[in-house]
Amino acid sequence: MRIKRQKRIGQPLWLDLAIPVGGLLMAFLASGVFLVMMGVSPVEAYREMYYSAFGDSYGLSECMVKAIPLAMTAIALMLSFKMLIWNIGAEGQIFMGAIAATAAVRYFPVEGHWTMMTIMGISAIIAGGIWAAFAGYLKARWNVNEIITTLMMNYIAIHLMDYFVYGPWRDPSSLGFPMTAPFPETAKLVPIGWGRVHSGIFIALALILLAWWVFKMTRWGYEIRVIGENPKAATFAGIDYVKNVVVVMFISGAIAGLAGMSEVAGLQGRLQHGFSGGFGYTAIIVAWLSRLNPLAIAIVSFLMGGLLVGGESLQIVMGLPIASTLVVQGCILFFILAGEFFRRYRIVLVKEEI
Amino acid sequence: MEIIVPILAAAVRSGTPILYATLGEIITEKGGVMNLGLEGLMLLGALSGFAVTSSTGNPWLGVAAAFGIGAFFSLFHAVVCITLGGNQVVSGLALTMLGTGITAILGIGYVGETIKGLTKTTIPFLGELPLVGPVFFDHDPLVYISYALVAFMCWFLWRTKTGLNLRAVGDNPRAADSVGLNVAAIRYAATLIGGGVVAVGGAYMSISYSHMWTEGMSAGRGWIAVALVIFAIWHPARAAFGSYLFGGVEACQLRIQAAGTNIPAPLLLMLPYILTITVLLIISVKKGKGILFGAPAALGTPFYREER
Repeated sequence: MRIKRQKRIGQPLWLDLAIPVGGLLMAFLASGVFLVMMGVSPVEAYREMYYSAFGDSYGLSECMVKAIPLAMTAIALMLSFKMLIWNIGAEGQIFMGAIAATAAVRYFPVEGHWTMMTIMGISAIIAGGIWAAFAGYLKARWNVNEIITTLMMNYIAIHLMDYFVYGPWRDPSSLGFPMTAPFPETAKLVPIGWGRVHSGIFIALALILLAWWVFKMTRWGYEIRVIGENPKAATFAGIDYVKNVVVVMFISGAIAGLAGMSEVAGLQGRLQHGFSGGFGYTAIIVAWLSRLNPLAIAIVSFLMGGLLVGGESLQIVMGLPIASTLVVQGCILFFILAGEFFRRYRIVLVKEEI
Repeated sequence: MEIIVPILAAAVRSGTPILYATLGEIITEKGGVMNLGLEGLMLLGALSGFAVTSSTGNPWLGVAAAFGIGAFFSLFHAVVCITLGGNQVVSGLALTMLGTGITAILGIGYVGETIKGLTKTTIPFLGELPLVGPVFFDHDPLVYISYALVAFMCWFLWRTKTGLNLRAVGDNPRAADSVGLNVAAIRYAATLIGGGVVAVGGAYMSISYSHMWTEGMSAGRGWIAVALVIFAIWHPARAAFGSYLFGGVEACQLRIQAAGTNIPAPLLLMLPYILTITVLLIISVKKGKGILFGAPAALGTPFYREER
């Protein structure tokens, strides 16, 4: 008897669902080991996480608050991942969007709410877009490793934001906290009347539908997929590789930039040190878990929002550092990757032939 | 001279953790596996090294523990990437998340504690040489071990049969398999040993450099090491040069800050990352189409025996 793998022909639907669900369960089991090491009962911790996130209307609204930037950023990443461009720089692009939106408030303050929002949105789009397109151009033109350039640009963007909030933009009345003065009401996304949920949710929903439409219905969406599957064939088919990579990266960064604007204008109402909390990295998991499907991104962002909300309550109730949700996130990724294997292959036992 | 020597010596000291991480990644990548989890592995090494040194009082046990923990966590990456053929980029990110999260949780109890750790030991004779002495031979033992490791790796990779096998597995696993090499076993060994060496780089930060543990103390050095592997075109000696170059930037930036200039600190802190991008760009442009000479040809691709 010997174990052999056999390639599956076609993947059954139940496996497509079982793998992410199984991955999540295994991840919670594995993370439980660390909770035990910390002397915390995993059952109690997970119950606390579950009720704080999904237990009441406020918890659910908080999940939605987290889901907004996650969904936007995951859509952004989906675009580049479809093309097999590893944009790991969404975090930096979020920061650049937030910085640009804040700059718009400071230097072009206007009266009308919609005009102000438009100026902020356009600034965020341009800043996030250029930040990503730069890495895209280096990749497409000279094959400079985009994983590293986008990552390095994350660190640069974080320091750039620190420069502004510790330096020229610091609110003199903030008692030394690294933050800008609060935005005027015209520069804030209005609340929709459910917890802290703001109208950024409509931007997120619009982007999800738009992405779904582009990939399902348009020629351009098809081209992106072709480039991702076989760049060489795409070039032979007359698709301009360099142009497409730069354009896709620009749009990807622009959407992440919008997510940054939506965070400062919808939630924080000012630019402050550490406002993102790693959405750019968490969104990678969301995009991956959703198998780059926009509609799945909507659901997964909400669930991932629940994990983040639960993690925050663990910090408050049990004194665990906020980074502890990273353990769960890392485990989820590992188990999903491992599960992929079982999606592609079936394991069969064969009798050794003599 | 009085200004240059301390800066160069500081460059070596600051560059050493990056050097270990880069050397570890070269071992892993020579076998054809890309491990982007360096940042996580360095943190795991830094914390486990610190914890063991703190409880036993013996820094060498700390270094050994870091190596073991680094190898242990690389095992997850190896299982996912080698046995299960999973995506190496995503698995590496998962490893970084896991390492950052675990060390944040388990490290709480060690914040604020200091250890004696490893201290400076001047090498007799070599340490007395002008210029070279204070720059290269007036450090703690882990720095000297890193020199030995560079020399060992140069010899091992290009002068031994095992080294040749490793490179074969990274360049052309199918050919390596056909001459009877166990591709998976060699890749496992390279990933585990490489991960262990990376973690020692992390341990250097906590045991030798700062004698403290702080959350997230690797601060992007793991990612710089990933870039340096490309800069070094997978060669240990160039890895040393690159690491000291980055160590030098770090040292200069600290000195500029200490000298009290009016350049804001955050802008100085950007320097290493800007330098990384610049260096990568120069290399990629110089190599024409970017097909990097020296890169293991099968880097990042899983190998399955039955599927030829």
